[in-house]
Amino acid sequence: MPTHSERKDLLLMDIVGYINTAARRLPAWTVYIVCSTWIGWLFYLALTGGLGVEPINALEREYGELGLKLLVAGLLVTPLRKWTGVNLLKFRRAIGVGAFFVILAHFTVWAVLDVQTGERVWTEIVKRPYVTIGMAAFVLMIPLAVTSNDLSLRKMGAASWRKLHKLSFPVAVLGAVHYLWLVKGFQIEPIIYLAVILSLILARMKWNRARAVA
Amino acid sequence: MAYRWTNTLTPADVTPKAAYLNRRRILAGTVGLGAIGLAGQAAAKDELEANTLEEITSYNNYYEFGTGKQDPARNAHQLVTAPWSIKVDGMVDNPGDYALADLLDGLTVEDRIYRFRCVEAWSMVIPWNGIELADILNKVGVQAGAKYVAFETVVQPENMIGVQRRVLDFPYVEGLRLDEAMHPLTIMATGIYGGPIANQNGAPIRLVVPWKYGFKSIKSIVGITLTDEEPPTSWNKANGREYGFYSNVNPQVDHPRWSQASERRIGGGLFAPRVDTLMFNGYEEEVASLYDGMDLAEFY
Repeated sequence: MPTHSERKDLLLMDIVGYINTAARRLPAWTVYIVCSTWIGWLFYLALTGGLGVEPINALEREYGELGLKLLVAGLLVTPLRKWTGVNLLKFRRAIGVGAFFVILAHFTVWAVLDVQTGERVWTEIVKRPYVTIGMAAFVLMIPLAVTSNDLSLRKMGAASWRKLHKLSFPVAVLGAVHYLWLVKGFQIEPIIYLAVILSLILARMKWNRARAVA
Repeated sequence: MAYRWTNTLTPADVTPKAAYLNRRRILAGTVGLGAIGLAGQAAAKDELEANTLEEITSYNNYYEFGTGKQDPARNAHQLVTAPWSIKVDGMVDNPGDYALADLLDGLTVEDRIYRFRCVEAWSMVIPWNGIELADILNKVGVQAGAKYVAFETVVQPENMIGVQRRVLDFPYVEGLRLDEAMHPLTIMATGIYGGPIANQNGAPIRLVVPWKYGFKSIKSIVGITLTDEEPPTSWNKANGREYGFYSNVNPQVDHPRWSQASERRIGGGLFAPRVDTLMFNGYEEEVASLYDGMDLAEFY
């Protein structure tokens, strides 16, 4: 008869197996549907008063924070497999591309609805460090988004493709710093994002070192 | 000494109570894009329309109740506002703990329709009901030699989520130079739209200094101190490089992290145009002389 803890392990294995089976059945493009619906839904809310009486800043923040969440989700895929056995690898590229489009929406709302003129957009990017950092993160995402297709992967070769896509680490760090830098007073949310992102990166560095030694 | 200043906005600019409860502002169309910048200050004054009570009470900064704009509306019902007393001390003839009603007894409550400009570059127009601070200060008797007025906000830790999270060094404190405090534009507001002031707007009594950034207009006041030294102020303590003691609205002096040249009026919806910010928030004629000879970039 299995002990209590063995029974718990069996149950966990069941759950992991169930998730992996479900993940195998679900096509990766589901992520695109979810992201675009989410973008559209938030815009609809902003348009109809669902985000309060000042929807421009609210929408900007909703998109920004959603983008950051997707970046964290992308970074979580590998550790999740290592730690729990849940394999969501097939969704990772779509999560990254989804993050790119959400952050594109974030940038567009900021530039078009918030700052409103090209001249002011340029001034803000050059003059305000937190904007510069956010912009840098967005620019770094462009080559990743452009090469997120099988053709690019084949053309570049898996090794250099993977190397290029390591840019997602600095992108996530810059995004979290951008958030931390723009808030007033001592606020906990941006600190949590930054801490989670940094610990995910540190964990990965540790594995890599362990692998190099072994 | 009430009625030392006359509104540039008339009561006709304030929507009647029956209408504001259900009113939705006409979007964008009321303020022509760019027209304000071209036509200048006088035109800007004429085109102002007071924000709705819903807007005024649902978009607030009151960090004791959370840092989100809608947090104060959600959480401020926990604020206990009765009984309320204000401790008046320092260089005054009649110091003491005053019950709010006693402190205001015999003083005149006026309607003041003011522009309100937040340091975060958004703005509203708010029809306050309040008493000139000068009347209150004269009542308690300011002693010769007093140069500044310090204010303190109530702290009710068990009711205030932001205090529990230590977002700032609470209690929130603010201050004015005595001549700023005695200026006819400076009021202690006790109402909005003729009704009692909502908790999230600083019930039961708050400062309103319309030519300064909103954070100077300290809420839910429990302490007033007359002093001869410039008092510490909360945002200056939190980040002195970004928030000065004066914090006059000034489109030419940027916040280190964003421009103060323009602002967004709350209520214009998702496509609200930015409008130019006015020097001293449009009260230049009334208050510029207070700062004669001062470098406003240095004393920001």
